[in-house]
Amino acid sequence: MTTELDQLQGHLLTAIGASPSLDALEACRVDALGKQGRVTQLLKTLGAMTPEQRQEQGPAIHGLREAVTAAIASRKAALEQAALDQRLAAERVDLTLPADTAPTGTIHPVSQVMDELAEIFADLGFAVATGPEIETDWHNFTALNIPETHPARAMHDTFYLQQGLDAKAAGEADERATFSLLRTHTSPVQIRTMLNGNPPIRIIAPGRTYRSDSDATHTPMFHQVEGLVIDKGITLGHLKWTLETFLKAFFERDDIVLRLRPSYFPFTEPSAEVDVGYTLQKGKRVIGGSGDDANGGWMEVLGSGMVHPKVIAACGLDPAEWQGFAFGCGIDRLAMLKYGMDDLRAFFDGDIRWLKHYGFSALDVPTLSGGVGA
Amino acid sequence: MKFTLSWLKDHLDTTASLADIVIGLTRIGLEVEGVHNPAEALAGFRIARVLTADRHPQADKLQVLSVDTGDGTPLQVVCGAPNARAGLVGVLGLPGASVPANGMQLKVSAIRGVESNGMMCSSRELDLGDEHDGIIELPDDAPVGTDFAAYAGRDDPVIDVSITPNRQDCMGVRGIARDLAAAGLGTLKPLDAVVAMLPTVDGQGPGPNVRIEDSAGCPAFYAQAVTGVRNGTSPDWLSRRLKAVGQKPISTLVDITNFVMIGLGRPLHVYDRATLSGGLVARRAQPGEEVLALNGKTYALTDTMTVIADDAAVHDIGGIMGGEHSGVSAGTTDVLIECAYFDPDAIARTGQALTLTSDARQRFERGVDPAFLDEGLAIATRLVIALCGGTASGVTRAGQPPVETRTLSYDPALSETLGGLAVAPERQRTILETLGFTVTDDWQVTVPTWRRDVDGPADLVEEVIRIEGIDKVAPVALPRTPGVARPTATAEQKVERRVRRAAAARGLDEAVTWSFISDAEAAPFGGGAWTLANPISADLRVMRPSLLPGLLAAAERNLRRGASSVRLFEIGRRYLSDGEHPTLGLVLAGDKRARGWQAGKAPPFDAFDAKAEALALLAQAGAPVDNLQVFGEAGEAWHPGQSGTLRLGPKTVLAAFGAVHPTVLKAFDLSGAVMAVELFLDAIPAKRGGTGFARPAYAPPALQPVRRDFAFTVPAALSADALVRAVRQADKAAIVSARLFDLFEKDDVRSMAVEVTLQPGDKSFTDADIKAISDKVVAAAAKQGAELRG
Repeated sequence: MTTELDQLQGHLLTAIGASPSLDALEACRVDALGKQGRVTQLLKTLGAMTPEQRQEQGPAIHGLREAVTAAIASRKAALEQAALDQRLAAERVDLTLPADTAPTGTIHPVSQVMDELAEIFADLGFAVATGPEIETDWHNFTALNIPETHPARAMHDTFYLQQGLDAKAAGEADERATFSLLRTHTSPVQIRTMLNGNPPIRIIAPGRTYRSDSDATHTPMFHQVEGLVIDKGITLGHLKWTLETFLKAFFERDDIVLRLRPSYFPFTEPSAEVDVGYTLQKGKRVIGGSGDDANGGWMEVLGSGMVHPKVIAACGLDPAEWQGFAFGCGIDRLAMLKYGMDDLRAFFDGDIRWLKHYGFSALDVPTLSGGVGA
Repeated sequence: MKFTLSWLKDHLDTTASLADIVIGLTRIGLEVEGVHNPAEALAGFRIARVLTADRHPQADKLQVLSVDTGDGTPLQVVCGAPNARAGLVGVLGLPGASVPANGMQLKVSAIRGVESNGMMCSSRELDLGDEHDGIIELPDDAPVGTDFAAYAGRDDPVIDVSITPNRQDCMGVRGIARDLAAAGLGTLKPLDAVVAMLPTVDGQGPGPNVRIEDSAGCPAFYAQAVTGVRNGTSPDWLSRRLKAVGQKPISTLVDITNFVMIGLGRPLHVYDRATLSGGLVARRAQPGEEVLALNGKTYALTDTMTVIADDAAVHDIGGIMGGEHSGVSAGTTDVLIECAYFDPDAIARTGQALTLTSDARQRFERGVDPAFLDEGLAIATRLVIALCGGTASGVTRAGQPPVETRTLSYDPALSETLGGLAVAPERQRTILETLGFTVTDDWQVTVPTWRRDVDGPADLVEEVIRIEGIDKVAPVALPRTPGVARPTATAEQKVERRVRRAAAARGLDEAVTWSFISDAEAAPFGGGAWTLANPISADLRVMRPSLLPGLLAAAERNLRRGASSVRLFEIGRRYLSDGEHPTLGLVLAGDKRARGWQAGKAPPFDAFDAKAEALALLAQAGAPVDNLQVFGEAGEAWHPGQSGTLRLGPKTVLAAFGAVHPTVLKAFDLSGAVMAVELFLDAIPAKRGGTGFARPAYAPPALQPVRRDFAFTVPAALSADALVRAVRQADKAAIVSARLFDLFEKDDVRSMAVEVTLQPGDKSFTDADIKAISDKVVAAAAKQGAELRG
């Protein structure tokens, strides 16, 4: 009997092991363990046996059933694995094919530099102020100590507008004039800030400015940033430190050297133009070092001075109590010096090749911790 | 303002080098724009004597010269000039020199087989004049071997300084000399000494007949006549100086006025008395009067302008430009010299109105020294007598120049408390006095008459600081502002930043385009409310009412340059009649995607791409996008069936989006479909400020949401939004969202499928609950005319 069982087991296991497919394996299972299966039949014989016979035959027959069940499970796993392997092999793709790309956009250098300036000056406690581009004669000139016949007006090449918008109609608190020209500088924001707030004041005011000027290095529209500090006891020394700190932070160089030259702006007194030293390296101007060094030179980057007492008074503050400094600087020019563009006109063309080349990633957000340059 | 070193040294006693002077000028605020020495162009040109002149063996018109250059060994030079001959002293250009007139570099060469070691030069070749029939002939005693430039007085550097509008006094060489003296670069010579070599003049008889009717425009009119003058070409020293500083020598009389103007900052005018009828009067022009000015142009005058006229005609636009008719000429024998004071504001207004600039206007409108009329006139007359001969009349003095003595109370501590530089009071006193101020012991400072710009203590601080050296001001750190750092950007600025970076992150390139556009570009967008009175060109004439014209033009340029896909945006202002509005504009043109092995053909952009950008960016700007409704077309610039506005309530328009009208595209040379969006950033309601940073507690629903799909047949006029909105509001408690997920249109049948999400509260929905909600959904849809599909 045992021999018969052994033979049957051997036969069944061989058949299971040789099953070429899950269907064939299922046939083996039915043949052995189905209702009419050979192992099932043997199990059924146990009921008719005497206890002695059952004690002898039982374990052997149960052993057979277990061996066959295990063999089927094992074969099944092997066949499934083989089928999966085959399917996966069939699913191979050429991964050198190009993947879909999402378009990548860019931030314009002017915006990027404005964000850099906001970050640098935030660290010094300067808020960002704005003002209208269509300005009144009073804010753009008169309040800045530039009366109508002042020769300095000729330096400004003002764009005038045919229409006028009454200041009061536009909701202005002061009715001093009508909006009738395009601001020639961001300095009227100084006036608006002083009129609308109380000192101490620390602001920068970036924005679009306009002058009737067009050649290789001038465009009729450009960008400026104004700075204004009004407080007690502010001197030219504070101005110098602020400009040095700003330019060092902006260019991320410790070797920035400034040269102040006495100059004239109607709205500051004393006034100074500020040059920054550069050295010629391979024919390119690289900011840093003294302009008096060999291969060096000075480049004018901004105008500045102590706010004229008449300007402070025009804004309703007492110049005996409050004093401070102001400066103005071309943003387009700062961008060109830092990032190496050489043609101002290209800034305003919207050429996507230029924008992709000189623009910045959306995630290049200037931060003090990550660096304000990108 | 240009001047020569020798001219400066007429007024300044100095041993300073040119380099020191140049550095010093910039340091004190007289920025040097350039230094040019005419001698440099004449380097290598030397005085030489022709020893022998023999005929060239190969050419009839050439001679072979032996020339003594002072070096001992004579040089052989081939020369074609007819006047070349033995004994002539001329100018030899040595090999290596370059000819000023044409830049030709001289070298040793063979001319028709004979070696030539340089070139004997004509006046024209050296840019000295038009003479070119022969070589220069110098006097016999000209020192052979010396540099021609030095001999000819050409070794006189020309310095070009930029004079700021406040410094009229430095529009004369003498003012510059005074500033340099204050800066320690020499001593200002007394004016008497400067003009000591001129004959003294004691005018005889009555002065010329001049009077003033417009004392506001011309407060003072001084004049002196000189009879019997000879007006020819100026002596060499004078014409050379004027030429060096860029003034064309005209005639001695005119040159004298320019010499006094540049040397002393005192403009003058000289009239030929033979052309005048009656006396001269300074009066307002009468409407309709004209004058032919010395620049050859005729100017129509108005009654706001001050002129000098005689009984017959206007002869001078007072203080700006003289008239052609009464100007001096070669035949002039009797002259009237005008030395007047014109009101700076009046001059500026007249000059601006006529758009006429002149050296005189530049000086008068900045305010010439009102106390220098007598001296200025006297020096001019002495120069006329010295150079042109004649007899001077007495001086007529009509009116009174506004000489004002301005005294300022000054506190020398200000140099430190305002200028940031401590300067010893005595040093400050010296600086101010050298500049011509008078300073009393108790620091009452009187301003010199030529410093109209100085009218407050801050101006005195500037004088002290610029002369002492602004480079000595030490940087002082700004104190940190007290308290915790707060945001320095306003809410609006933060919205702009977010939207800008969100747009770039979504694949859009940021452009900056002109704020002004052409009328034609503005027209479809409502036209420009603001027009420039003085545009640079018609293309840049009106302030843009929309950002789209600039972006469409940029898109067209990009496509023309071969770009296949253009996604551009800009954040800037629109300029409407009520003011400026911050706006984001974007344009999508060309292909949405490149064709691909997966996606197939390159699809164009459609209006839903524009809608997607609009909603995504509005969300970044903090707009409540779930509450926005799409309204009809956005305006005439847009495709009437494929554009809309996004509104918060019926009135607040936050954005316009969709396809641009084909007619507009055509006007911009664009073809195909172009999508656009404008976000009206200032219409987006500000987020209501919360209290602090903490968010509300997080309480996720305990039970899973349930989803049910409903398919409706809908009337053609029913919008998707109306159906979804109706469905969503069918049971506000249970339905948390409704979303259209399928659309089927065939013939007249339009069908929409909506997925509804139900959120159970504490208890799961029963079948009866779901049935009740479903019935509400079907009923709500039915109200809109939608029928549940079987």
